[in-house]
Amino acid sequence: MAGFDVVIVGAGVVGSAVARELSRYNVHAAVLEKELDVACGNSSRNTGMLHAGFTYKPGTLKAECAVEGNQEFDQVAKELNVPFRRTGKVVVGFTEHDRENLLKFKAVGEKNGVRGMRIIDKEELNRLDSGAGGEFAMYVPDSGILDPMQYTIALAENACMNGVEFYFGRKVTAIERAGKEYLVRTTKGDFQTRWVINCAGMYAPEISEMLGYPNYPTKGFKGEYFVLDKKAGKHLSIPVYPAPNDKGGFSTHATPTIDGNVLVGPDSYVTEGREDYAVTKEHLDGLIADGQKMFRHMKREYFIRNFAGIRWKRYDPETGEILDFLLEADEDKPNTVNLVGIESPGITCALPLARRAVKIVAEREKLQKNPSFNPCRRGIRRYSEMTTEEKKAAIAENPDYGEVVCRCENVSRAEILQAIHNPLGVHTVTGIKNRTRATMGRCQGGYCETRITRMIEEELGITLEQVRYSREGSYMFTGKVREDK
Amino acid sequence: MRQTDVVIIGGGPAGLAAAARLWEKGVRDILILEREHFLGGILRQCIHDGFGLTRFGETLSGPEYAARFIDQVTEMGIPYITDTTVIDISEDRKVTASSRGGILEIQAGAVVLTMGCRERTRGAISIPGQRPAGVLTAGVAQSYINLQNKMVGREAVILGSGDIGMIMARRMTLEGAHVQAVFEVQPYASGLPRNIEQCLNDYNIPLYLSHTVTDIKGEERLEAVVVSQVDEWMQPIPGTEREYACDTLILSVGLIPENELSLAAGVRLDERSKGAVVDEHHQTSVPGIFAAGNVLQVHDLVDFVSMEAESLADSVARYLADKGLLECGLEVKTDGNVTYTIPQKISGTEDFKLSLRVRKPVRNACIRLSQGKNIVLEKKMLKVIPAEMIQIPVKAEKLRREKDLEVSVIW
Amino acid sequence: MVREFTCIMCPLGCDLRAETGQGADGNDIIVTGNTCKKGMEYAVQEVTDPQRNIATSVLVTGGELPLASVRLTRPVPKNRIFDVMGEIRSQKLTAPVKAGQVVIADVLGLGSDVIVTKTVNAG
Repeated sequence: MAGFDVVIVGAGVVGSAVARELSRYNVHAAVLEKELDVACGNSSRNTGMLHAGFTYKPGTLKAECAVEGNQEFDQVAKELNVPFRRTGKVVVGFTEHDRENLLKFKAVGEKNGVRGMRIIDKEELNRLDSGAGGEFAMYVPDSGILDPMQYTIALAENACMNGVEFYFGRKVTAIERAGKEYLVRTTKGDFQTRWVINCAGMYAPEISEMLGYPNYPTKGFKGEYFVLDKKAGKHLSIPVYPAPNDKGGFSTHATPTIDGNVLVGPDSYVTEGREDYAVTKEHLDGLIADGQKMFRHMKREYFIRNFAGIRWKRYDPETGEILDFLLEADEDKPNTVNLVGIESPGITCALPLARRAVKIVAEREKLQKNPSFNPCRRGIRRYSEMTTEEKKAAIAENPDYGEVVCRCENVSRAEILQAIHNPLGVHTVTGIKNRTRATMGRCQGGYCETRITRMIEEELGITLEQVRYSREGSYMFTGKVREDK
Repeated sequence: MRQTDVVIIGGGPAGLAAAARLWEKGVRDILILEREHFLGGILRQCIHDGFGLTRFGETLSGPEYAARFIDQVTEMGIPYITDTTVIDISEDRKVTASSRGGILEIQAGAVVLTMGCRERTRGAISIPGQRPAGVLTAGVAQSYINLQNKMVGREAVILGSGDIGMIMARRMTLEGAHVQAVFEVQPYASGLPRNIEQCLNDYNIPLYLSHTVTDIKGEERLEAVVVSQVDEWMQPIPGTEREYACDTLILSVGLIPENELSLAAGVRLDERSKGAVVDEHHQTSVPGIFAAGNVLQVHDLVDFVSMEAESLADSVARYLADKGLLECGLEVKTDGNVTYTIPQKISGTEDFKLSLRVRKPVRNACIRLSQGKNIVLEKKMLKVIPAEMIQIPVKAEKLRREKDLEVSVIW
Repeated sequence: MVREFTCIMCPLGCDLRAETGQGADGNDIIVTGNTCKKGMEYAVQEVTDPQRNIATSVLVTGGELPLASVRLTRPVPKNRIFDVMGEIRSQKLTAPVKAGQVVIADVLGLGSDVIVTKTVNAG
């Protein structure tokens, strides 16, 4: 395989952001991802908040990047054409102790540079959201909501259109130093490269060790979520959080999603499994009990789906203290950038972290700007968001827009086709889902999944045995019922 | 904007039967809108036999049953459009539909809601575990196997004793798959005795009552499910877990009337039936909008779907002729043993057919309809089960014009 | 021998009990639990010669659909179901196919035809 200037390990939000920032330069770069799509790990398994940055210790990389990432996001969302709404957030309190905590975090936020935070009374709280419980609240106008999957896809697609190559289904198994280069061995071929950037998320400690850095201890804080029907979304316009505990952690809360659903969660407990994404009855039951306190429309009839995510935090094994994001580039591990312990608020911090990582490469390599770099990327235009007049025009231009494939989310054939032929070459059913919202509604694909799998087969000229739900071994069909012998 | 006397949303068994009856009643300006390429609705994939015994006196497969109505509609020349999805209905009966040909906007004199139902999913019942491929609802499996020639797995477990689940147990067995067992969380089956006999017992597939899936294992494709026994509050009993290695989990855990369009039109829904609140004319809370079939209540037999739609058609014809229908001011109330009734409102002056389901199986039951102290009728039944829809004709002469109707099950 | 099963003749679903090997010559069958004559007949049929229909599909080439659904015109002995399935599996039709069309006449000499239940036009 021809040598690369830079290999990025991991196509989560950080790896995709690094790829995008790197594509501003004339550089031959590749992203290696073990899964079949971007953001299969914790980049998509979170609340989808653009955090303002009022709970992070001043002076930390976390605080610095969160505020920077938050304040630039309107521009980013516009460039990358990703849905984003600066909803603001209310952190509600009931007791004097809550008020003290809120004031404490307001001071932290102000020190970090968070804009416009203020304590509001019950009357104003009710004006902001009639369903929110609480006697008073801290209002944080800069918080926002986004779709972390769409955002990561957009970063990766923008990197891809600016020349970065994405390789899926490649799990890095070893990294060897060969002369002045690295040989990155994967489950599907080896990659020669001058630089390696570790953006491996929960596996960052393992990659870190392969590069000669320590295998930093990280601890997995798992949280489970419920996704509620859009019918519940009508009752929640702004994220409502309970007052943080003394350590700045939040218990279960309800957050509207950018698409109009509601997320209830996450709770938090320690897990050992790097990819322990199984949901458990115990925790779902807990979410039902806790969620009903924060959001009175937490009803079973609104349950659409559930999921789990894990925040892998770096910690000090001596003291148990949770440590800041780590971004390092040791001279004695030449041409490496190591990012470890990037967890919440990783979505908000992805681009600021990426700029810092890329700066190291650009300075040492004296990289030239990519003259054809285009920061703008267009997403798939959604039929469901068009007015009737726009729909008529879209169908007149492309009849595929008139054919509704996903009934619940009103996704047209045109969108499914664009998703199947996405620039990254992702072909899984989940990949189509995350690009279009087809199968994400209340019937969960009962109507459209059979159509989508058929379209994948037809469009890509593959056999039914080759159709994948999400991961490499996630085949959907075992063969034909009747073979033509 | 195009004007049409009756727009029928959905060309499945209910829509087709309504259309044919309307035609017989002299209504000519009808339009059926169907989202699929073919008429017939879900019956196209229900290739098993057993349909039509009540309606036609013979037993047919789903496609044959549908064809009876499709042929009738075609012979009558009733207009229909396929490959067209209705995306909105307004309170004043403006129907908006989407197709490759463009956006169709129609002002309807009356709207007939016959959209059918959808299946309850894994997420809706919050089955814990991982999220591999190989977990699918019975209807989706049926569509893949019977319409698309795709086999969904080889070693299956079925959760839920709904009829489609049992039918798929037999279907997969006939196609060479091994179905290990059917698990039902309730202490009784939710499907019909006929299917327990002919789909499970015939093929030695055990049915375990008061059991549910408590874990799903498999990172990529399903590898195993863990099943636990449940207590009387349907909570898993620790220590009863048993693991079943399988590559397929079929869910048959309930059907939900598909009423998103009804809601868009402002139609009031009944929390109990999950369908519209209708009066004895099948008219919803929005005048001129009617509902029948599985969008109104989940039926056990398609024959009753057709018959309900035909009865709806009689009312729609009257509605068009008389520019409205008699007001139904009396409520139909239920006791704790009745899951729901259709209709929920009556006039007290006309004959009507009451449909209901009971909450649990009861032997030697008596279904009592009363208005205050006045007992309207009592129907004694040797056995009532939740799987069966009970239908009781009620004569106007037995009814009073005041006082709500109360429906109770006593034993 | 005693067999207990649910009657499927009507929605009532009576719990039937059939005892075979009764009477002087051991040929009598005693049925209890039924509430009608149909139930009695069904019970006797079930313990002497149970019969079933089968619904499945046959491959269609050149059609708008890949499969045509089929069923039997009359039930066949229950223990022959998989034999009949084997016969049906080997069939192949060419579109157009009409509902009612006979795919296999008198399948395995059991006196039942395999017929198409769904019209599949050429496509």
